[in-house]
Amino acid sequence: MAGLATAFGSGAMTNSIEEIEKANVILAVGTNTTEAHPVIATRVHKAKTRNGAKLIVIDPRKTEMAARADIWLRPYPGTNVAVFNGLLHVIIAEGLTDDEFIARRTENFAAVKEAVAPYTPEEVERISGVPAADLVAAARLYGQAERGSILYTMGVTQHTTGTEGVLAVANLALATGNLGKEGTGVNPLRGQNNVQGACDMGALPNFFTGYQKVTDSAVREKFARAWGVPELPGKEGLKIGEIIEGAGAGKVRALYIMGENPMLSDPDITHVEACLKNLDFLVVQDIFLTETAQLADVVLPAVSFAEKEGTFTNTERRISRVRRAVRPRGRAKPDWEIISALAARMGYEMNYEGPEDIMAEIAALTPSYAGITYPRLEKGGLQWPCPDKEHPGTKYLHKGKFARGLGLFNPVVYKPSAELPDEEYPFYLTTGRILYHYHTGTMSRRVEGLNAIAPCGLLEINPSDACQLDIKDGDVVRVVSRRGSIMPQVEITDRVAPGVVFLNFHYKEVAANTLTNAVYDPISGIPEYKVSAVRVERR
Amino acid sequence: MKTVNLTIDGRPVSVPQGTSILEAARQAGIAIPTLCHENDLSIAGACRMCIVEVEGNKKNLPAACAQPAMEGMVVHTNSPKVREARKVILELMVANHPLDCLTCEANGKCKLQQYCYEYGVKESSFTGEKRRFTVDDGNPFIERDLEKCILCGKCVRVCHEVQGVGAIDYTGRGFDTKVTTFMDKGLAESPCVSCGQCIYMCPVGALTAKPSKGKGRDYEVEKVVTTCGYCGVGCQLALNVKDDRIVGVTNLPDSHNQGYLCVKGRFGYDFVDSPDRLISPLIKENGEFREASWEEALDLVAQKLGEVKAQYGPDAIAGLSSARVTNEENYLFQKFFRAVVGTNNVDHCARL
Ligand code: SF4
Ligand code: SF4
Repeated sequence: MAGLATAFGSGAMTNSIEEIEKANVILAVGTNTTEAHPVIATRVHKAKTRNGAKLIVIDPRKTEMAARADIWLRPYPGTNVAVFNGLLHVIIAEGLTDDEFIARRTENFAAVKEAVAPYTPEEVERISGVPAADLVAAARLYGQAERGSILYTMGVTQHTTGTEGVLAVANLALATGNLGKEGTGVNPLRGQNNVQGACDMGALPNFFTGYQKVTDSAVREKFARAWGVPELPGKEGLKIGEIIEGAGAGKVRALYIMGENPMLSDPDITHVEACLKNLDFLVVQDIFLTETAQLADVVLPAVSFAEKEGTFTNTERRISRVRRAVRPRGRAKPDWEIISALAARMGYEMNYEGPEDIMAEIAALTPSYAGITYPRLEKGGLQWPCPDKEHPGTKYLHKGKFARGLGLFNPVVYKPSAELPDEEYPFYLTTGRILYHYHTGTMSRRVEGLNAIAPCGLLEINPSDACQLDIKDGDVVRVVSRRGSIMPQVEITDRVAPGVVFLNFHYKEVAANTLTNAVYDPISGIPEYKVSAVRVERR
Repeated sequence: MKTVNLTIDGRPVSVPQGTSILEAARQAGIAIPTLCHENDLSIAGACRMCIVEVEGNKKNLPAACAQPAMEGMVVHTNSPKVREARKVILELMVANHPLDCLTCEANGKCKLQQYCYEYGVKESSFTGEKRRFTVDDGNPFIERDLEKCILCGKCVRVCHEVQGVGAIDYTGRGFDTKVTTFMDKGLAESPCVSCGQCIYMCPVGALTAKPSKGKGRDYEVEKVVTTCGYCGVGCQLALNVKDDRIVGVTNLPDSHNQGYLCVKGRFGYDFVDSPDRLISPLIKENGEFREASWEEALDLVAQKLGEVKAQYGPDAIAGLSSARVTNEENYLFQKFFRAVVGTNNVDHCARL
């Protein structure tokens, strides 16, 4: 997100889901679309089979997407940046850049041209293991596309160099003019249902709603006036990793967690537990007694999406209604009611009749949501920016002009991941999602049929490694990292390359984040889930 | 693009060249019955329900889905000849159908039932052997009763053309034709990803959502249009509600997701009524949780946050908001931290 905001002035998906079908070339990087965004994968499939679009996949795992690809590049985990720079190197060398676009709509191309000069296909092959010829073929395909669309997810961002990865991807689109038109763009597919909305709404330490900076005094004054308080804090707050660390260090004394489960979702959970236990006071608001809620001093019961009114904003910036289908269970309450009641007890009245009322306040304070009202959402939602009540919403961003003015090229260099395999921990561990479960499994693990299909977390290991370690399909093994160990069953599969193992993070019994490394991208604050070093032991 | 002008049921219609008669009729507001046609799938021309009469064509009644509209055509979509032919088609289907509408899940939304009603087909004048197949119910979400299958092929096409899985296909010929999985081993042993797209497409009761069986007819349930609570695609769907319980999901063809869903959105709603749901505030005492009233719990939270703020300042308090709750709730959460607590220590797990 931080990366795209730097390059274009907005961190969101540039184009819309339906436009994927209009692309001639789809470059899917580090996205297991078929499992993590299944309905978007149907668009990719249709683009290929109906319109003859070509698909390039960059992924260390042989996902369903990789299997369907016209060209599949399989870099070693953590070497994305070298591959992206290599692609741009070839595109420049072969004269496939869109020079008119570069001249008219971008700045700083020269610096990037220089930065990618060393990334010859041979050099990239040395770093990433991607055969030079394949890299060249992929670069030609994307470079020549009339409409090239880039899709990516956590496979790009969950690295200590995630922001560089995003910038390098943005450079590719800028250099080839694949922005500001239909069927193109740089499209980060957001994982959770309302992760885009949570960001838009200012659940971030540095922004109010709509990415209005907390450090901007005019913005603070506007919000202070609207909220009826004398002033608002102007210092950026702590990021999630810093909050957890702060709890461990005694800097953060009280923590209020709403609907999150860092005890499964955050890296190095043994450490997370120690930090949370060090708090003076922990309050958790959730629909289940999650692993995190169990550590709380007070637990507040919230309702599920089916028991309340509101809106979610999806990955393509589309604001859609959530409607109450059933009554709240037990004495559980919608989160907004709980927050209002708590604020009142702390001497601040929040008098809302309901979520529609709250949206009116959001629209009044947020330029990109200014045109949003509940009645307008009745017909299938609206995509922000939607600056006024007549505006039809925005299908794709940066048409004619970037949000920041000119598109900014950012030179990046490849840096290895923080923790690489060595003699003691010889395997790369990479983590991700599977189709049948969702995030920390608090919801999906409580659906009988989903558990029937996917009952346990499996460690994927390549047949050659399994043979060498003398383990069979279904064996329980011990996986050890510098942070801890877990005992999953193995699935022997060539989805992973030799030397790489994969775990999903949905299962508390075999919590992948016991193993992962709590090192973060310094800019985005995203942990390096995609690369840590482990050892696999036969029992 | 060239347009062609034709007349359908006496109404003049202009459409771009290459438009089917079916589509041209729809644009003119004339509905032609179909069983195997679907906008987002290839044309199969399998059911022949959409046959129409074209003046000057003495040879046959063309299928409107497959026949392009031509300049000067005069089309009758509901002439006696057409109605009679459709009736015969329905009678042939019914001859080979269990007709157990009393217990069928599709009762009330079945297109075969609907057309039989419209065309007055009670039972078949064609009698003969009925097909006998065992029900495939190995998959936890999808039941396949092939005796009810009318071979429209929409499930096969959606699975191949949209889902890209190809778990099911036709085998056999003539009377023995059926839709089957690889080696007829059943869905559970196939590459099926339980997306339920095939159920969504099925015009009859051959494919049904197992968890919804017996829990409410289509016309008995209230359909609440909402947004899937799982992933960032944000698919639109309708929760089917009966007696304050979610009993199923209805796909919404006019949504941005074109009605398509994945296994989680289509079948993953049971957690709402899981016995593990938190139904009361809890307060921990001596390491054990006890139930508390809202008053007591909220008073305690307010008091504790107040104490920490007084002693260590607002920046000693932090909040983690959620990518799972609504925009309105995220908004209030950050407002609470900024305006009430007085800190910017608020984040969520966007990064994770
Ligand atoms: S559920 Fe989906 S994958 Fe399975 S058979 Fe039906 S359409 Fe194909
Ligand atoms: S139905 Fe599946 S793809 Fe659609 S939003 Fe829900 S989880 Fe995502």
